[in-house]
Amino acid sequence: MAALWTLSLLLSAYPGCLGLTPPAELPQPHNQPPLLGFNSSSGGLSMDLPVALRVFSMDYHHVQAPFEIVLWIMLASLAKLGFHWSGRVPAVVPESCLLIMVGLLVGGVIYGVRHSAPPTLSANSFFLFLLPPIVLDAGYFLPGRLFFENLGTILWYAVLGTLWNVLGIGLSLYGVCLLAQSSLGDVSLLHCLLFGSLIAAVDPVAVLSVFQEMHVNDQLHILVFGESLLNDAVTVVLYKLFESFLRLPSVSGVDVLLGGCRVVMVGLGGLCVGLFFGLVAALTSRFTSRAQVIAPLFVFLYSYLSYLTSEMLHLSGIMAIVTCAVTMKQYVEANVSERSNTSIQYFLKMWSSVSETLIFIFLGVSTIQDVHMWSWPFVCSTLLLCLVWRATGVLLLTAVVNKFRRNAVTFRDQFIIAYGGLRGAICFSLVFLIDDFPKKRLFITTTIVVILFTVFVQGMTIKPLVELLDVKRKKRALPTVSEEIHSRLIDHLLAGIEDVVGYWGQHYWKDKFEQFNKKYLRRFLIHEDHQARSSILRVYQELERREQRGDEEAPPIVDPHSNSRPLLPEEMDSIRRILSRNLQNFNNKQTPAYSRHTLHQDATKDKIRRPLYRHQSLGERYTYDTITHWSQREDREFDGSHRARAGLSRSHTVCSMSSRPILQDCMVPAASAQAQQVDRKTSSTREDRISPQHQIPMGRAPKKHLSFFLENEK
Amino acid sequence: MGSRASTLLREEEIEEIKKETGFSHSQITRLYSRFTSLDKGENGTLSREDFQRIPELAINPLGDRIINAFFPEGEDQVNFRGFMRTLAHFRPIEDNEKNKNYSGDFIAFRLYDLDRDDKISRDELLQVLRMMVGVNISDEQLGSIADRTIQEADTNGDNSISFNEFIKVLEKVDVEQKMSIRFLH
Repeated sequence: MAALWTLSLLLSAYPGCLGLTPPAELPQPHNQPPLLGFNSSSGGLSMDLPVALRVFSMDYHHVQAPFEIVLWIMLASLAKLGFHWSGRVPAVVPESCLLIMVGLLVGGVIYGVRHSAPPTLSANSFFLFLLPPIVLDAGYFLPGRLFFENLGTILWYAVLGTLWNVLGIGLSLYGVCLLAQSSLGDVSLLHCLLFGSLIAAVDPVAVLSVFQEMHVNDQLHILVFGESLLNDAVTVVLYKLFESFLRLPSVSGVDVLLGGCRVVMVGLGGLCVGLFFGLVAALTSRFTSRAQVIAPLFVFLYSYLSYLTSEMLHLSGIMAIVTCAVTMKQYVEANVSERSNTSIQYFLKMWSSVSETLIFIFLGVSTIQDVHMWSWPFVCSTLLLCLVWRATGVLLLTAVVNKFRRNAVTFRDQFIIAYGGLRGAICFSLVFLIDDFPKKRLFITTTIVVILFTVFVQGMTIKPLVELLDVKRKKRALPTVSEEIHSRLIDHLLAGIEDVVGYWGQHYWKDKFEQFNKKYLRRFLIHEDHQARSSILRVYQELERREQRGDEEAPPIVDPHSNSRPLLPEEMDSIRRILSRNLQNFNNKQTPAYSRHTLHQDATKDKIRRPLYRHQSLGERYTYDTITHWSQREDREFDGSHRARAGLSRSHTVCSMSSRPILQDCMVPAASAQAQQVDRKTSSTREDRISPQHQIPMGRAPKKHLSFFLENEK
Repeated sequence: MGSRASTLLREEEIEEIKKETGFSHSQITRLYSRFTSLDKGENGTLSREDFQRIPELAINPLGDRIINAFFPEGEDQVNFRGFMRTLAHFRPIEDNEKNKNYSGDFIAFRLYDLDRDDKISRDELLQVLRMMVGVNISDEQLGSIADRTIQEADTNGDNSISFNEFIKVLEKVDVEQKMSIRFLH
């Protein structure tokens, strides 16, 4: 691990040093005879041989731009690797903090080597290249039902909360500037408001990276996360508004009103752009059956296009891309092949991971600069005001919104919402975009301080606080079978009663949308083959197809056992999986929260188009792997890689059903189960490690095994 | 129209329903208009067909059983009082008011317990499971699931789930999933 760190440091010094050389080399080309085509024109470093042909030459300029980019990405990825290998550190320090520290280190090294400021994160490259993958990833894996259930509250926080914060911070800062006339006298009200608008916004990248390691209950998670996504519209508008006000000679009431309209337009406009591109993408994916390899490309292209289009029209790019992802997801997943789906998800995860890492490293690097200007009153008051206004905002807003909610937001949750308002790279980029004015450096410094404070202090302490306050966590323990069945029953019951009452509540609108979806959208946007009505039907059709194809089928073998034997834990697990797969998942409670590091697939979407047949070695290795992996697993979110190793299978601990008690249970009988398996393995498709009591001397029992296969093959 | 007039809700009735179920005045009138809109035969009672006409209920896997819950034992028609009584089980109540028998848990229990003997037997459980699960699970697996369910809940060893045992299991179910519906004011 130390090797990784030194390697990454060396790599970082590399571009720094290389950066030194080009200016020195430039005058050379004029001296070179222009005979030799390959490197003279770019004036690279070359050995001054009298011979016409150079045997060895190096031309850095030729590849400089991509080379440096790749090196930065490499540095980021190696840092990330090193982080995950470094033992206890990830449990205490969130990844974002560590990455910023690495960035600081690298920035310091570069500064030391070059004696000039290291490359900073240009706002353009941030907004155009680094931010979209993260937001796309977040939108694609957004827990849809939870999000829409809480949409009202989320919007409430996002719009009103941000407004409250912006105005509060801006006005108070102006007050501070008035008080400290001597040092801060030239900061006008509009400047303060502008600063307030960029510093008040909660940043999705930072929130994501900290919250995903925390496992708070899903509702809380979606509230904070949804707010950070949606407040982009408000932030962008207010920022641009104040900026344009700054350029205007005077500001009238009409302008303010127009600004308000603009907020709505930006938000809705982004939404529409996203919707449009999402539907087009869904439609395109319908026709990709003959060229499956490029299907994932369309997903990325259309999403990015939606982002760029809305940026072009000065609408909210984040809203556009999130809407696009949410819209196209269900149709695309139904249309494209299983492998393409996996590719899409993996690429999304990979890009967003790289982006996030790069952002944080650059945040660290950009801190090392010459342009700092410090002012104690300004910086400290900004920090204080950010905290205070956020806290009061959350309290007030929640007091109002709780009256309309079924599940009230408790005080503990409110505290976490307020405390979890992390600022990140968006503020940073925005502050660089301000038109130059005397105190701009002060703003930059203050922004950096606020970001570092929130990410480090708040980011590191929020996890212990969550535990201290005993905030309701994600349910770790797997529900028992009866709980699961009964809760499904209750879901159906409640939905039915709502229908009887004619309650136009969420269920009603959801049903209406589902009907519209089924009748028009699905028919239009999904390839005929894949239009199966329910997941259960799809399973059934797949079964039929299998049987028609006439694979190796022996009739199902009757289980000779009586029914009163207590079930083994593996069987429990398989039962649980069967239930989650097959019970009509009304509430979609099993939808896992978003996670950067693991691929959680939606529990209800049965991707059973994978061939159910598996070669014996594959099956055995798979089962072996999962069992040993379970034994190694600690409570870490980023063990998705372990699961991924088992053939990209949807891990059995997916869908927030991971639990240590069950795993430990499984370890003990695992050994015995395996032994039994190896003994009894006669046929070539022995996948079900689950039920050693099923005597299967010869052949396979497709129907009976099938349901066990169904979760095995993931 | 003559038949209509007899179905109009009188003030005293509203008061009585209010006392019995705890709904507010406006909620009762609103639910009454819903009742009448469902009542296609305009005779002041709802039959099973009236319920089955609700489209979303038709696709609900437990739709028939839910409809059953509205009808008292052996009857085929339910009047407004009965309608309200069933709905009252789902009124959001404060924790201190909680009455076990008048809560949604009771209706849930009734969904299982068709023969109303206050016990969920293995067969009844199997039936409901089969309705919820669908076609692709074999009977033995379903059987073992049912067995497991009973095993987990059964404390007195009679191989069936009584109402109290059922309540205990439900308590462990996620609290967020409140067994109540927001009736608009």
